[in-house]
This record gives sequence, structure tokens and C-alpha cells, in this order.
Amino acid sequence: MATGAIWDDKFECIPRREIEQLQIERLQATVNRAARNVSFYGKQFEDLGIYPEDIQSLQDLQRLPFTQKEDLRDGYPYEFFAVPLREVVRIHQSSGTTGRPTVVGYSANDLQHWTNLVARNLVAAGVTKDDVVQIFFGYGVFTAGFGFHYGAEAVGASVIPVSHTDSRRQVEMMRDYRTTVIIGTPHYALRIAAAAQEMNVDPHSLSLRIGLFGAEVWEERVREEIESSLLIEAFDVYGLAEIGGPGVSYECECRCGLHISEDHYLVEVINPETGEVLPPGEEGELVFTTLNKEAMPLLRYRSGDLSRLDLEPCACGRTLARMSRVVRHSDDRLIVRGTNIFPDQVAKVIARIPGLGQEFQLVLDQTTALDRLEVHVAVAQDSAPDSVGGLIALEEQVEEQLQTLLGMSVAVKLVQPGSMDTSQGRTRIIETPHES
Amino acid sequence: MSLLELRSVTADYEGLLALRGISLHANEGEITALLGANGAGKSTTLNVICGLLPTRSGQVRFAGEDISHLRPDRVVRRGLTQVPEGRLLFDDLTVRDNLLLGAYSRMRRESRRRIEEDIDGVCELFPILAEFADRRAGTLSGGEQQMLAVGRALMSAPRLLLLDEPSAGLAPKAVSEVFARIQALCRRGTSVVLVEQNVSAALKIADRGYVLEVGQIVLEGTAEELLANRDVQRAYLGKDYEEV
Repeated sequence: MATGAIWDDKFECIPRREIEQLQIERLQATVNRAARNVSFYGKQFEDLGIYPEDIQSLQDLQRLPFTQKEDLRDGYPYEFFAVPLREVVRIHQSSGTTGRPTVVGYSANDLQHWTNLVARNLVAAGVTKDDVVQIFFGYGVFTAGFGFHYGAEAVGASVIPVSHTDSRRQVEMMRDYRTTVIIGTPHYALRIAAAAQEMNVDPHSLSLRIGLFGAEVWEERVREEIESSLLIEAFDVYGLAEIGGPGVSYECECRCGLHISEDHYLVEVINPETGEVLPPGEEGELVFTTLNKEAMPLLRYRSGDLSRLDLEPCACGRTLARMSRVVRHSDDRLIVRGTNIFPDQVAKVIARIPGLGQEFQLVLDQTTALDRLEVHVAVAQDSAPDSVGGLIALEEQVEEQLQTLLGMSVAVKLVQPGSMDTSQGRTRIIETPHES
Repeated sequence: MSLLELRSVTADYEGLLALRGISLHANEGEITALLGANGAGKSTTLNVICGLLPTRSGQVRFAGEDISHLRPDRVVRRGLTQVPEGRLLFDDLTVRDNLLLGAYSRMRRESRRRIEEDIDGVCELFPILAEFADRRAGTLSGGEQQMLAVGRALMSAPRLLLLDEPSAGLAPKAVSEVFARIQALCRRGTSVVLVEQNVSAALKIADRGYVLEVGQIVLEGTAEELLANRDVQRAYLGKDYEEV
């Protein structure tokens, strides 16, 4: 039964009937503002021949098309802002791989809401004003650092904005400042645990009790490893920079799914192939509509993340719908050191280079301190170079082009056509040494 | 808990669409403000709620009951009373008689004594009405008349009071007096929906609010959030573009 504190019980424990009323109110206001102030949406309504007032129920939202990441890229930098730039008080950028990034703007009210949502998240994990919170996330255009920072301050915790630094230094700070809560990516937490071990720092001598981890896909096995190596309780957090950053959904003490802040986000689950909306319980791609964003409202934004919904109230007392942990993306995307890598982009580069076949696989090695991306590419059946020198040159050419595309170092390995195990698709994650 | 809920309500004046899908709610024990320029649909919304104007589509629910198609007198009996813009007092009747008429919907069902007691209750909230009980309503100042109009509405013992522009035509001092009384009556348990063009005064006492533009809601939020919204500041709080 409920034992934990709830930051915003008025909304986190709202009856379903009332949340639906609030959602339709906020949806209509959002649609009205988006249609008037964002030309992309105004044009969409015009082209469809419908008016904002035709959205009379939550189901009517399905009459609108999806907003895709590509649309946001095309609208770079400010096309999706619904307020004049002078009313935007913060600009963040979502992690992207190539070309134009996607921009996110926040009004003063948006920042206030964001802080409040992250505070919900932290309190649900058990963070209080007595905690010392050490943040590993980068402080920059990426939303996670600042998002958790202000949320933790709102809760009243003592916040140490360390960001990235040497792992050993992180351990020293954890020990000296008696850090009780750590926040970052799960794999970074594992690295910290490894550093502590190398330094002979006994986790029992630390004050750590809670960890909040996100910004990449991680499984229960990783959770167990983090928990046992650092002696903490680890919580999954979910956010999406385009719709506002961390605070979109979060685990409570029950850890049976992530509560979605439905008063701020209307969530749909769709079949990623057909776009059809799926009933609660079925797995599909999460699609979000912002309900309270002033600076940058988004309608039906496709997240690329696969999950399923549970509308039943939770034992913690919260009534907000829960989404299952995101363990895969609908587009095969990999997240490497906080950056999205899309196989489709890699495919385009490979198709341009003579001597290569179409087969390839992105292999993400997470067993070492720094995530390492390897790209295995099959050479062409007939036009591959026939000398070792030629193969090395080809390998270097692919490496160079992929590095330019992805903005990070990549190791390329040329393989014989048909020799790769692509049964799991175009991406593969190696999480334990023996898998490699 | 929400006492009043509107779901995608549309309404028209002889075919001219005045409300284009209004959804809002008012919580028990709170003051909910409806803000917006002239012609935005604020008063129309109140008229639809209390049954003076039929809905074309959508639903109005009060205390869980669908009242979309109830006659205005039935709506009053359910506990929902409007104080119309311009007050519409009976100028030639005394203050006391105006108050008594406010209890019209209760007269057949309740004892005279009970109604007299409620007049005393209203006079406690508005002491000026006790003082001027025998004066003709038409001789009162604007602020006093507004208090009488609110007092008269309270005589129907509403759970929710709909106030249409209570500050209209009042001097600033009278506005703050009337608004302080509205806040006091909310604290005593009557929930309020407040339609106002005087946005800064309204948001000072309101808990939540909605901004209407041409028959649609474009913003919803707590009073604090609406005050922080630059559109609201520019359009309704008289701040010019340079200031915000």
C-alpha cells in the first residue's frame, strides 16, 4: 500500500473522469493556439478542411495527422514556436545525429511546469529535502541536466551539478559530500560503480540510497547490477526532449510501470506500421500531445519508443496511467552516449559507397567504460576490392564517412556477405563481455 | 472536486455561432474566472450554463447531473444562480424586498422564517444592506447595488454563483470592496464562476481561470499561471509590447 510521499496529489491521484475532463479542456485550448500560432498546424487544418473546434472529444484527436521528428527538423529553428521569441526564456536542443537538430523552446510557465513534473518524478522515487543529489547528466542543450537540477531544487534537496567528469572524481565527491541520490544514464552509473571498485571504495561506506536513470534503454538486468554494486534502489525515468525533457513519466515505489503526467501529456499507443490507435495493454509506439505547453505545443508527436499502457490505479495511490518500460524503439534506433543513431541514416551512407553490399549491422558494445559503436558491413558480392590494401582503404573510407555523419568515432568491420547474424534486426547491443 | 463541467459546448444566436466547443470546469470551493475581450463568449457561456440559451451540442453537468436542457428556473433550484451584468435590480423596491425576491424559487417549499434567517446571513456578509434595508434599491451607489445583486442571488441558496461583470461601472474602491466580499462568500462555501473584463482584479481573487477568444478557450490555468502569461499581460492587463 501507499507509503511514499506524493508531490502533487491533486493531479497525481486525480480520478479518471476528472483527468479526462482536464485533458479535453487543455487539448482544445492547445489545438486552438497551435492552429492559430504555428503555421505548420494552421496549414495542416486547412489542408484537411477541418477546424480546431471539430476536436470535440479526446478521440477526435485521431483526425489529425502525426507530427514527426522530420517535421521538427524542417521547422528548424523556430517554426514550431507558438509564441514570439521574446517570450521564450529557455532553448534546448534534442540529441540528433545529423544535419539540423530539433529545437525546444520554453516560456516562463513552461519552465515552472517542467520543474514541477520533475519534482513529481523525484518524490515518487523517494527523494526528499534531506537528500544530497549528484547529477551526472550533462548541463547543456540536452534537457536532462537542467531538468533534474531544477526539479531537485524544487524538492529542496542539496544539488551537486557535477555533470560529466572523471569517474574517480565522481566517486570522491559521492564519498566526501555524502551523496544520497545519483541521477544519470544507467551505463554511466555502472562505470561509476566500476571506478569505486577500482578505488577500493566499499559501497557500504557511501551514503547512497537512490538512483534515477534514463536517456537510454536499459533492462532489468542492468538495474539489478546497478543496485547490487552501488547498494541503491534504481528507478527508471522517461522523457523526450521534443515534448519537454525529463518528467514525462516516472516510476514510483511500486516500480510497476512509469506514471505518465497525463495532465500535461495526452498519450496514445499506435501500431507503428499502420498508425492505428491501439487499446490499453497492447504494445505499440508512444505518441504524445502536449496539453500545457505555451512556447511549443506539439500534436500527436511520434516518439519512436515502444511501450504499452495500463490505466488501472497503482498501489502507490497514483491514478495516472502507467507505461511499461521502453525496451525498444520502433525505428531500430540506438542511443550512444546520449545521441540517437538511426540505421536508416547509416544505410544511406553505405548505399553511396561502391564495393559495399546492402547488409550491415550497428553493434553497440556497452561492456567497456565508454560505449563503443562498431558498424559491420558486408562487402558487395561481385564488386568488392580483391586486395587487402583495397579492403583496408574501403574500410577507412566508410569509417571516415560515418564519423562525419554521426559525429563520433566508429569502428568499421567489413565482413563477407551473409555472414552476419541479423536475426535481431539492424542493431545489436552487447551488454556482457561473453556476448562479444 | 469539480462542481460544474462543460464538455465541448456550442451555442448560437439565430445561427450565428457564439460558442465553438467550450470545455471547462469549476471546482467546489473555488473562484473560477472566465476572461476575455468583449464578444469573446463569456456572458454567452454563463447564459448557456443557467439555461437561458440552449446548447447546440455538448454537455453541461452540474454536481454530476446533466443540466444541458433544463429550464432556467429548474437550474436555479439545482443550486446554480446568475448575477447578470448590469445587476437588473428592482429599483423601486426596497433593499429588503429585493432580497426577498431572490428567494422566490424557495418560497413555496420553505418557511418564511428560514428565508428571514437567510436575509440576516446575507446582511452579515454585506452589512451595508442591513443598514439600507428600507431604502429603495435605485438610490444606492453602484457598489452598493452590486452587493445587493449578489446578496439577492445568494437568497436562492446557490452552491455555485455565476457573476457577470460585477465590476462594471464601479469606481476602483468599490471594485475592491465587491471583490473582497466575493472572496468572503467563497470562503463561506459558495463556489463562484466570475466573468470579468477587469482581468487584474479578477485574477487577484480567482483560483483558476480560462481565457476566451471568439467563442473558444485558448488558455487554461491557475490564476498565477495566467498572470505570468505574456499574452494575458499584453491583451488584458494593459501592458504594452515593450513592457512584456
